Amino acid sequence: MSVVLEQIFQVGFLAAIIRIATPLAFATLGEMFSERAGVLNLGIEGIMLLSAMTGFTATSLSGSLWLGVLAAVLTGALMGAVHALFTVALGLSQHVCGIGVTLFSSGLAYFLYRLIFGQQSVPPSIKSFETLPIPVLSDIPVLGPAVFNQFSLVYMAMAAVPLAAFVLYRTPWGLSVRMVGENPRAADSAGVGVIATRFQAVMLGGALMGLAGAFLSMVQFNAFTFGLVSGRGWVAIALVVFGRWDPWRSAGAALLFAFVDALQLRMQASGLGHIPYEAFLMLPFIFTIVAMAVMSRNAVAPSALLKPFRREER
Amino acid sequence: MIRLEARTSTPGWFNLALPLLAIGATLVLCSGLIALAGAGIVEAYGVMFSASLGDSYAITETLVRATPMIFTGLAVAVAFRAKFWNIGAEGQLLAGAVASCAVGAIPMPGPLAMLLMALAGAAAGAAVALVPATLRVKFRVDDVVSSLLLNSVIFYALMALIEGPWKDSFSGYPISPPIEDSANFPVLLEGTRLHLGVVAAFLAAPVIWFLIARTTLGFRIRVVGENPEAARYGGIHVERVLISTALLSGALAGLAGVGEVGGVHFQVMSDISPGYGYSGIVVAMLARLNPLGVVPAALFLAAVMTGAEAMSRATGVPAFLSDVIQGTALLAMLVALLFTAYRVRRVGTAR
Repeated sequence: MSVVLEQIFQVGFLAAIIRIATPLAFATLGEMFSERAGVLNLGIEGIMLLSAMTGFTATSLSGSLWLGVLAAVLTGALMGAVHALFTVALGLSQHVCGIGVTLFSSGLAYFLYRLIFGQQSVPPSIKSFETLPIPVLSDIPVLGPAVFNQFSLVYMAMAAVPLAAFVLYRTPWGLSVRMVGENPRAADSAGVGVIATRFQAVMLGGALMGLAGAFLSMVQFNAFTFGLVSGRGWVAIALVVFGRWDPWRSAGAALLFAFVDALQLRMQASGLGHIPYEAFLMLPFIFTIVAMAVMSRNAVAPSALLKPFRREER
Repeated sequence: MIRLEARTSTPGWFNLALPLLAIGATLVLCSGLIALAGAGIVEAYGVMFSASLGDSYAITETLVRATPMIFTGLAVAVAFRAKFWNIGAEGQLLAGAVASCAVGAIPMPGPLAMLLMALAGAAAGAAVALVPATLRVKFRVDDVVSSLLLNSVIFYALMALIEGPWKDSFSGYPISPPIEDSANFPVLLEGTRLHLGVVAAFLAAPVIWFLIARTTLGFRIRVVGENPEAARYGGIHVERVLISTALLSGALAGLAGVGEVGGVHFQVMSDISPGYGYSGIVVAMLARLNPLGVVPAALFLAAVMTGAEAMSRATGVPAFLSDVIQGTALLAMLVALLFTAYRVRRVGTAR
């Protein structure tokens, strides 16, 4: 146990947790907004990949990192709108549309990337963000360098959690989102535009998924690679359930997952040579499945999740 | 005035017209990407067609390519009929491939080896599918998410095998040892790759159709999918039906892996499936979850995949176009399905 504790209170380990948690936090918050409005978005895996590609490409071509982030956010919001068009406006199966959006976005990401950059033996990379130490706070021992000497996108993720909670619980729009996710008919009677609110929530969710993708290709890897997302989107969907559709709990779930993931990375590196490293790679996924089994009995999904709204039908 | 009104029934020709409509729309939409790549649209689709269906060898290649997607398409069709959202056909395929490869490496008479490979692969796929089904029935865990996450787990398990105990000690490549020569599925047509598994896939479709349409289990699967409350009221043990569906679905996906090992690759490697499990979802939806429709739908996707590689070589359009086509076809088919629920009717203002 003491070995584990020693590992935890290392700057490198804490920083790794934060770095792994950042894209997951964006993605999880994005999926949470969508689901709180009643729309499951299985397109998340593909949306993250396509946004990672457009963000990387925009930066690579323009030289501006923030232009890349903007491109990724817009891509995410656009693909969110596509998913909303099918599931909200047309009322089609959210499960199958989400898979369709993922297949389409992933295919498009690879297609466009190959078209723009061709086939290269060494994938092109970009010069990423510098870390941005926050004065005073970054001088705190251990915690400071790990948490407060990070990339600006990491700070954005930290700020996104309270902001998401504020928007969801303290603003009229957040109330509308929760209403259309719980009882769209009542929301409609109260004069809330169900279709419009759901569109907005799914698009906001998509934009956050876009940020997650941007972080992967522009900060974590500095390149767009095949299999860049590798299941992180699916994990985010599970984390929303684990976090009971709440911003704080979802972010906590993302941190917990990041802890397990960072731990397995450490265990891979720490000379447990007789165990194949794939066993560690599996660990976060198995952990997530088990966590869902434990949590799902108490988890209460938004009542109108998966249910399309048509005004004329009862 | 035009308005939409609900339909109560759909004419039979819809089963053919809707997928064709969706495929037509898909090809039109995706032609934009061909133009973007600077190639001629007619030329690119022309190469795609002739390379996949243009001569008898091309047709056999397309049939070989369609085989795993017939199996995964059937797996998804069966599962979705019961509204068991099995997105895990990819992992079940990999499990089937690993199990059949392990059995195929044991020296024994050929026919026995093939039979045992099929049984082992089907059992492995079924065992994997049992996990999300059990989690859903016992713990109310969403089957979509658990079956998706399980795909990653199975993939890493496969990697652990081929980079560990199965690794080729001579070359160091992460590939499994080959199966026994006697276990290789017989080739049906000299000079092609058309193997026994192709026939098995084409026979499986009518068998599964019969099972769904004409047997008690098939009836229960359909009722559980359409109205679980009514099913329960009618004395059907819904949980048991879901478990049976999962076992059947997983076994079919596992057989997709068996065919790839026994008939195409004769060993297991990390890229043994270029996403055949996910393509199965597209196939099943194009087929409107009808097992007989799975065959032409799988042939279409196989032709696109086979043709895209040749198109890429000839015109420089990235072969990833086939992935975009798959995703677009799935979405287009969903939109086309709206015609089954609604009809457009012109409402006259005067008589």
